[in-house]
Amino acid sequence: MPLEDLLINKPKKKLFLLGNEAAVRGAIEAGVSIAATYPGTPSSEIGDVLHYLAKDANIYFEFSVNEKVAMEVAATAAVSGLRSFTFMKHVGLNVASDSFMTTAYNGVNGGMVILTADDPSMFSSQNEQDNRHYGRLAKIPILEPSNPQEIKDMMVYGFELSEKFKTPVIIRTSTRISHMRGIVELNEIKASNNINENIHWKKGFFKKNPKQWVPVPGNAAEMHKNLALKFENIKKINTKLNKIYSAPKATKNKNSKFKLGIVSSGSSFNYAYDTINKYDLGIDILKLGFTYPFPEKEVLNFIKDLDGVFIVEEVDPIVEKEILSIIGKNQLKISVFGKLNNVFPMIYEFNPDILLNSFKKFYKIAKKENEKVNGGKNNINDIYDEFSKEEININEYNQNTKLENTQLNNLIESLPNRHPTLCPGCPHRTSYFAVKKSIEELEISEDNVIFASDIGCYTLGISPPYQTADYLLSMGSSIGNGGGFSKATNQTVMSFIGDSTFFHSGISPLINCIHNKNKFVLTILDNRTTAMTGGQSNPGLNVDGMGDPAPEISIEKIAISLGIKFVKTINPLNLKKTIETYKEAIKYDGISVIIAKSPCILIKGLKKRKPMEIDYNKCNKCLECLKFLACPAISMKNDEIIIDSLSCKGCTTCRQMCKEKAIKIKR
Amino acid sequence: MINMIEDIFSKNPEFCKDSYTIYICGVGGQGIIKTSTIIGNGAINEEKNVVMSEVHGMSQRGGIVSTELKIGNYKSSLIEEFSSDMIIGFEPIEVVRNLNKANKDTKIIINTQPIIPSNISSQKNSYPDINEVIAILRENYNYVYPIDGSQLAKESGNILTLNMVLLGAATADETFPISKDNIIIAMQNNLKANFYDINAEAIEKGYEKVKSLQ
Repeated sequence: MPLEDLLINKPKKKLFLLGNEAAVRGAIEAGVSIAATYPGTPSSEIGDVLHYLAKDANIYFEFSVNEKVAMEVAATAAVSGLRSFTFMKHVGLNVASDSFMTTAYNGVNGGMVILTADDPSMFSSQNEQDNRHYGRLAKIPILEPSNPQEIKDMMVYGFELSEKFKTPVIIRTSTRISHMRGIVELNEIKASNNINENIHWKKGFFKKNPKQWVPVPGNAAEMHKNLALKFENIKKINTKLNKIYSAPKATKNKNSKFKLGIVSSGSSFNYAYDTINKYDLGIDILKLGFTYPFPEKEVLNFIKDLDGVFIVEEVDPIVEKEILSIIGKNQLKISVFGKLNNVFPMIYEFNPDILLNSFKKFYKIAKKENEKVNGGKNNINDIYDEFSKEEININEYNQNTKLENTQLNNLIESLPNRHPTLCPGCPHRTSYFAVKKSIEELEISEDNVIFASDIGCYTLGISPPYQTADYLLSMGSSIGNGGGFSKATNQTVMSFIGDSTFFHSGISPLINCIHNKNKFVLTILDNRTTAMTGGQSNPGLNVDGMGDPAPEISIEKIAISLGIKFVKTINPLNLKKTIETYKEAIKYDGISVIIAKSPCILIKGLKKRKPMEIDYNKCNKCLECLKFLACPAISMKNDEIIIDSLSCKGCTTCRQMCKEKAIKIKR
Repeated sequence: MINMIEDIFSKNPEFCKDSYTIYICGVGGQGIIKTSTIIGNGAINEEKNVVMSEVHGMSQRGGIVSTELKIGNYKSSLIEEFSSDMIIGFEPIEVVRNLNKANKDTKIIINTQPIIPSNISSQKNSYPDINEVIAILRENYNYVYPIDGSQLAKESGNILTLNMVLLGAATADETFPISKDNIIIAMQNNLKANFYDINAEAIEKGYEKVKSLQ
């Protein structure tokens, strides 16, 4: 499907959309004027699509320097009366959280939707935090879609809700929703108006009112009161987003003498729905789409006549605790089966097998209880007690079932793994090789060098043979950590950060490190793109989020202007020079900055370089190129080193490091 | 009265009617996402409900890519263990790694051309012999279709048509729920027009290959 299809104004037309594409369509249907993000998986494709379509969709779109700025851009657009959209991965909201918290106090005029994409099971993240907590922290409503259609529809609903109550609205997705493809039926695109000939997006007007917009302590107290009042009103809203999926009458409670129900939301709902219907378990499901403020009345209505209720949610037991509190407040006698009593796993994402196992466990215990001698006496509490007795075995979570067949199992266990690696020709490989070489030549023991890493492709340096990632916290942490290690230890400290990550949150810590007289080697691996998330622009490039020309900000000039005396920009692919520069930098007494500047080989339109080949007359099979570079283009076949000329990108690192001069340019 | 556990967890034929699940796996850059999207569009052309899941975080860096397609009444896009109707394997050992999705009647379409992991020299395990892998699969599964997809792609005029070869191979199995014609229409809507002929050729080559194996 060409992405332009997202612009067509044909209600009822069906497209097969990725969740992230559906989010863009939702923004277009809702008439969003301003959108801002910092790329992060699983929400990255929203930005990629907007980068491509924004102008045709009458949207101003930017890749902001970080999520906090994206939040601020969206907040100001919304207070100026425009509809604004910001989106980020779950940990991005940590970065944005300071401004995010206050957007609830300030409120909005135009609608503002914040999409946060959680990553249960951590496919591409450093943690699996549950961002539903953020809605509670800030008093901001949360909508939870379960599929691409709902993402699109909740975007539109979210803007209406936001404008009605003058509050930002959170849409919380997860990897399985953002990266799910499903059928999406389109609605009408709201006509954009007021578009100036020279500017492709609608402009708003900011009406001054410091009492509303400036939370100095005196105002903030009043604002918090207003927020609490607003919140009470939101609680009263009638919504169609919470819906009961009733089991057919014939099967209702057919398998149990107890009346059971399920409360679920997001991707978990899909697993619950499929499991209940595939096996005809006869249990009603209350699907929550509007999950905060928690719909107490609807939930109470659903559960009040039940004996037991299953809570199916990812990741933390949030709905479960809400329901326990409703049960407590109303002094009900309902057993709650969730994460807290080991019915469902406490961590990681769910899947249909996990749900099936949990329900099987429930019915097994129910059957056992039923078979007890005084069968007439037993109640659902006995089942609850049985579950609660079981010890939680966290080690069993998220493991594939072994096959019954030993031959197949042995084959599976004998397979080599396939971890992601630095691409052939990646300049980071050469930088890491040079760093290791310079440490070796200076005769410093590896144990005495701490590598503070950061978030980007270069974190792949964690693997052998590079092993250049010893500590990592978050975006930009390599610099603060580098400074900290240099005060806390006498070890040599080397920090690595990418260009986009440096702009994102590396500059303030660098200022800190200079002011506090730290000593370490900072490498800014400037590969001219935001590579890990798919190659988005950043302030170091001469192009902006919509593909227009933009001022290019020089990392070197930033470093020099901060007063750093050792600032060297090198082409890491010049190996000898790079090793020499590192040796100097390590010996330097103070902060030394090396900007290793060489474009990511995935950038389109780069000049092709000739591949390398082995000169078998000279190769003595020392295997150093194979072992120390771990380049995907170099491998062993029939006892000979070979270089795959299709994957080799001609970076020449192997050629430069070969002591026998046995690698040459392929003619 | 509580029934036997086995009775409780018997499948509801009404819900499972017209269900077809396809697990597709391989390595980044092989065109797996595109292929899966085409199948999804083909299902829509036949007015079937379809959901699909993609895992591709590190695909451009030699990592594993997989998709799961579920046609039928499903809301969730993850296939239960041992229950794929079909596996389309773009890389032989990635099929083996995901055999927990297969049962003995799963249709296994497997490209026999390996992609050796780049850090193989530093790994304890070596890359297995492909003929042995295929023999073991044949011993344990009823419908294994090994295809030298990379060779057929080259014959179609471009190594990059590997995904269309395997897609064509899938349509040749009679259980595959979407007609070859609808797959070709979906392909036309999803790929560049100037490659239409060689892509159609590749689909045909994969189709013929599986027909010859049956």
